[in-house]
Amino acid sequence: MTSSKAAITGVANTRCGRLEGSTCLGLHAEVARGAVADAGLELGDVDGLICAYSFTEPHPMLASVVAEYLGIQPAYSACVSAGGASGALQVMTAKSLVESGMCRHVLCLTGDTRMSGMAPGAAVAALARFGHGQFEVPYGITIPAAYGMVAQRYMHDTGLTLSDMAHIAVTTRNHARRHPDAQMRKPLSHAEVMASRPIAEPLRLFDCALISDGAAGILVSAAPTGNGAEVRIVGAGQKNTHEHLIAAPRDLQSFGCKFSARDAFAEAGMTTADIDVAEIYDSFTITLAIELESIGFFPKGSVGEAVSDGALDLGGTLPCNTHGGLLSFGHSGAAGGAFHVVEAVRQLRGQADSRQVANASRAFVHGDGGVLSAHVSLILERLS
Amino acid sequence: MSRETPTTAPATDLPLPPPNAESQAFWDAARDGHLLLTRCTACDAVQFPPQHSCTACGGTTGNPFTASGTGEIFTFTINHRAPSPAFKARAPYIIALVDLAEGPRLMMNVINCAPEDVKIGMTVKIVFEARGDMALPQAELV
Repeated sequence: MTSSKAAITGVANTRCGRLEGSTCLGLHAEVARGAVADAGLELGDVDGLICAYSFTEPHPMLASVVAEYLGIQPAYSACVSAGGASGALQVMTAKSLVESGMCRHVLCLTGDTRMSGMAPGAAVAALARFGHGQFEVPYGITIPAAYGMVAQRYMHDTGLTLSDMAHIAVTTRNHARRHPDAQMRKPLSHAEVMASRPIAEPLRLFDCALISDGAAGILVSAAPTGNGAEVRIVGAGQKNTHEHLIAAPRDLQSFGCKFSARDAFAEAGMTTADIDVAEIYDSFTITLAIELESIGFFPKGSVGEAVSDGALDLGGTLPCNTHGGLLSFGHSGAAGGAFHVVEAVRQLRGQADSRQVANASRAFVHGDGGVLSAHVSLILERLS
Repeated sequence: MSRETPTTAPATDLPLPPPNAESQAFWDAARDGHLLLTRCTACDAVQFPPQHSCTACGGTTGNPFTASGTGEIFTFTINHRAPSPAFKARAPYIIALVDLAEGPRLMMNVINCAPEDVKIGMTVKIVFEARGDMALPQAELV
């Protein structure tokens, strides 16, 4: 039976880290051509373009700017802006565009040069402006500080420990060491994480995502192009509960991931037990811990023990963030969450080389923007 | 809940809240040492931040009142990585979510204490920190 679900037919990523001489638009072009070539197509075949946003190219019509730069005139173009959920939301949006018949091939592009294109500290300062202008920013809020407050309460309520979070950082680094494009490939020990300097207590340096240059491209099509294994988007869901931390769910636990995942699993007709590999937004170690428990991969209060027992390793019960995630692969703005999608497709196609999860046929992908504010879940399945 | 209004505003590099038509009364009251909240006339919910309509019921009329000035620390962080040089001079500093006795949750710094003294569940009183020609509600341990 032929699936009527959208397919991901091409993916591409740049290396992550300090990419001297690169530009935001140049990186967009690199992954645009890469993703289209991966599908066996040409840029002229693209009839939909979805971009996100960029700090170094802050034009409010980035999709138009990118189309002009690429020399294409797609029938549909738009920007999706949901922070770290942007990559997954692009794919969810592209899915409906191709399933409705409006487009045939939708190219989803994200990228930024937050490392080489911004002064030291400028990215942290720019991200602080995500806070409420009147009721958060005057208090010196930063994104790490907001997640630090979430972490403090979650540890208080569930018993998650600093040691548990350190195990997440180490596991993720071990995966990144197997990816040639990852920013951080040096070994990282549990003791090093525990001894790393405080950023926003309880969070320490290695609990926090990187700041990177990098870009990702994902081509979503109405049908497979015959290039590579058939990967379908069999489920998608979104839930946003707030934007600012002062308006987050009062218990700082009932975040949207629970509901976006529920809807994605319902569409796919699957449960967490069906998932072979998970690529889940990890802006901080606490982010991943909360999402793993809220989505239902582990009972509340148990993720720490599971991670220290190797659950997220390549041979574990739920291999997770196999490219190294935002913590060790890289985080270049909206592209940060798109790398999770790219890695899921590579795993399902059996193209993940030394980090390949054996017989991976079903992947769960999750993006989160703001302070656990905007959530998008995707379920991808290999059908051939 | 009162403070002396400085005759000349101290210069500051710290960010000032940008009042708008919805919040001007809140910030005016803060300058006078009062924490102003609004109770929706339609559903009795206490609305914060001050805004055009009630997030509980959509009602567009409310009665302003002065909060009691006490609250409880729901969570906090000791922030070491400041977003600007002005905040760097204060680091490390505490940022907390404070649940007011009247219900709303506000973000504040917990000031005039050692960072290690702050714990979840502690009671705080609201004080006002002069900044430029404005005043910010802040929290102090009691």
